[in-house]
Amino acid sequence: MDYQSLWFALWAVLWAIYFFLDGFDLGVGILHPFLPRNDLEKRLAMNSIGPVWDGNKVWLVTAAGVTFAAFPAAFALIFSAFYLPLLLILFGLIVRGAALEFRGKSDSPAWRRGWDMAFFLGSLTTAFLFGVLFGNIFQGLPLNAQGYQGGFFSLFNRYGLLTGVMFVVMLGGHGALWLAVKTGDELGARVRRFAMKIWAVLVAATALFFVNTAFVTSIFASYINNYVLLLLPAGVVASLLGMGMAIMSKRFPAAFFASGAAVILIVMTGFAGLYPQLVPARPDALYSLTIYNAAASDYTLRILTVVAAIFVPVVAVYQFWVYRIFRGPVTGEDLRDDKEAY
Amino acid sequence: MDALALSRIQFAVTAMFHFLFVPLTLGLSILVAYMESRYVGTRDEMYLGMTKFWGKLFLINFALGVATGLSLQFQLGMNWAEYARYVGDIFAVPLAIEALLAFFLEATFIGLWVFGWNKVSPRLHALSIWIVAIATNMSALWILLANGWMQHPVGFAIRNNRAELVDFMAILTSGYGWLKFFHTILAGYVVAAFFVLGISAWHILRKNHLPLFKKSFRIAATFGLASSLLIVLVGDFHGAEVGKAQPAKLAAMESLWETERGVPFYLLLVPDPTNERNAVELLGIPKMVSFLAFKDFNAEVKGLKAFPKEERPPVWETFLGFRLMVALGGLFILLSALAFFLSRKEALERQPLLLKALILALPLPYLAGELGWIVAEVGRQPWIVYGVLKTSEAVSRGVSTFQAAVSLAGFTLLYSILWGINIYLLAKYARKGPEV
Repeated sequence: MDYQSLWFALWAVLWAIYFFLDGFDLGVGILHPFLPRNDLEKRLAMNSIGPVWDGNKVWLVTAAGVTFAAFPAAFALIFSAFYLPLLLILFGLIVRGAALEFRGKSDSPAWRRGWDMAFFLGSLTTAFLFGVLFGNIFQGLPLNAQGYQGGFFSLFNRYGLLTGVMFVVMLGGHGALWLAVKTGDELGARVRRFAMKIWAVLVAATALFFVNTAFVTSIFASYINNYVLLLLPAGVVASLLGMGMAIMSKRFPAAFFASGAAVILIVMTGFAGLYPQLVPARPDALYSLTIYNAAASDYTLRILTVVAAIFVPVVAVYQFWVYRIFRGPVTGEDLRDDKEAY
Repeated sequence: MDALALSRIQFAVTAMFHFLFVPLTLGLSILVAYMESRYVGTRDEMYLGMTKFWGKLFLINFALGVATGLSLQFQLGMNWAEYARYVGDIFAVPLAIEALLAFFLEATFIGLWVFGWNKVSPRLHALSIWIVAIATNMSALWILLANGWMQHPVGFAIRNNRAELVDFMAILTSGYGWLKFFHTILAGYVVAAFFVLGISAWHILRKNHLPLFKKSFRIAATFGLASSLLIVLVGDFHGAEVGKAQPAKLAAMESLWETERGVPFYLLLVPDPTNERNAVELLGIPKMVSFLAFKDFNAEVKGLKAFPKEERPPVWETFLGFRLMVALGGLFILLSALAFFLSRKEALERQPLLLKALILALPLPYLAGELGWIVAEVGRQPWIVYGVLKTSEAVSRGVSTFQAAVSLAGFTLLYSILWGINIYLLAKYARKGPEV
């Protein structure tokens, strides 16, 4: 395997990990107005992600940073073509971060309602627009020798919108299962009853997404060259089934991990179908960005390989360790005397 | 205004906002870590109260520092796509390394610190804030090695229509980058020291929690004096490096038009860029500029006229930014020295003049930091990468004036609101005092 292919794989994996990890805390934000019903329950939901959401977000910094370092031309094209959606994603991430940190800093109900809304809208915007963005990459962008030829509104085409909705449902479900595992009291019980419903919506959305992917994009067409890749969509189906069965038998930690597997495999299904392209061009594939014409030099990729080989596992180990320290559900009892909590 | 001008203003606005949060994080993390270590060592509840009080202010500030950093990274692709394409092979490497080596540590262990008071041992808890402090400063190192490369590009070759990395070690060992790093973190330490001094002074004047705030005051005075002295030393080395690597910036900093030997330093100087001369030059210290820049009283210093007009940086901003920064640096030494010596005496609360001065001085190190960045970035113009790529060639081609205007307005509005909330919360919790 050449360095470009290795970095394509790592690039895809980093984005997938990002959606797995930040995915559940974005999902908690998406569900924020609906499942937690009073101030204490809202605090339970926010505190369940409190110790980890910041660390999760760094996977985005890393995924974007690796796009920049390993494929500078792709970073330049994608980030400038998706100018306004990325601006809104930034605003979404900024206000939801501020909401988490600032909500508990005053007892005024209006203050808290405002930040609840910011947390919800920031999370929803981020999840939806990332879906729109990757949906457009999967189906290809209107590119010619002058670069990107579309505008802001052309990104909201049928497939882009569908992928956006897909992401909201997928991350919402992922967040619900996180809450099912990580919150106690009445909120936990309510979320556990709700899980089956969002699972059904997720199955429907995924089916719709796959059918459209087959017709609108050339993702599955490129699987013909490599049948092994069919394991990815097969894995999605298996994860969704496992998720449903685990919810039914009330094994929520298992359901959460099945949901995580589904998130990762759905994203990877799309990425694997792009290879060796990074951003397919429509209508003329001549202008596509591929892993070869967009890549950094071999020397740079070698340095990045050494750094990633050492530090990605190290990061994974200490993040896992911190997750373990905070294992177990958060309850009202925990929050009563804790002045540092959100 | 076109997309280029708007993109430049936007980067300036977002970077300057970012640098309202970062310097405090750099220094206060170390002070809080020190306070918690003292608590672990002595089990004195006062140190615990101190750690939690300053820690709370640290966290309010920290939240926005992280969020506003992401905007800078994204903008390099959104607004500066040609820059990203042309130098990404080099510039993005330290950026990616920063995320993997430093940013993950910082973000993961801050979570452990905030939520882990009852989950881990006091020792491990104190260790986690030390990790945050070290990671924050390490993160600054990688960012400033990247910025150092824009100021003084090394270890690259122009190939395949772009700049490609050929010698990674050259970037890692770039003197320019390391001096920028020390200069910037020390600036952050001065900000943090004056932050703690100012708020402590406010409480000491009101006789609130005297032992806690007098102790905080003393810690910050020592930290502030050491940092404001060291920053002069580093700044001096840094200035010499600027003289070698970016002579046009040095000329603008000193508003020097003709190339001369033994250039004097005028205490009073008014530039007149339209006529390419200075309107006023008074109170000269003979040969001082030559000496400061090159450690040789008779060294030749290039004047602005040695560069074609289109390759000169804006003189007023660079000149004033530098002058004011240096003057403020002097003031910080004076104030922190006074604070240091008077805090050795017991009767600190009977020094209302100094205490009031320190409250007023709280925002000044922030100002000095912003001025320093103006010198660094405006003084490098018209280049984005000195001698390699012009700022005007680096802007995204596909981004319209409309898009850039919308985003600039959005950033300015959102950041102003968040900054207002941040100040409100900092003031609220600073006034409230420790909960002991």
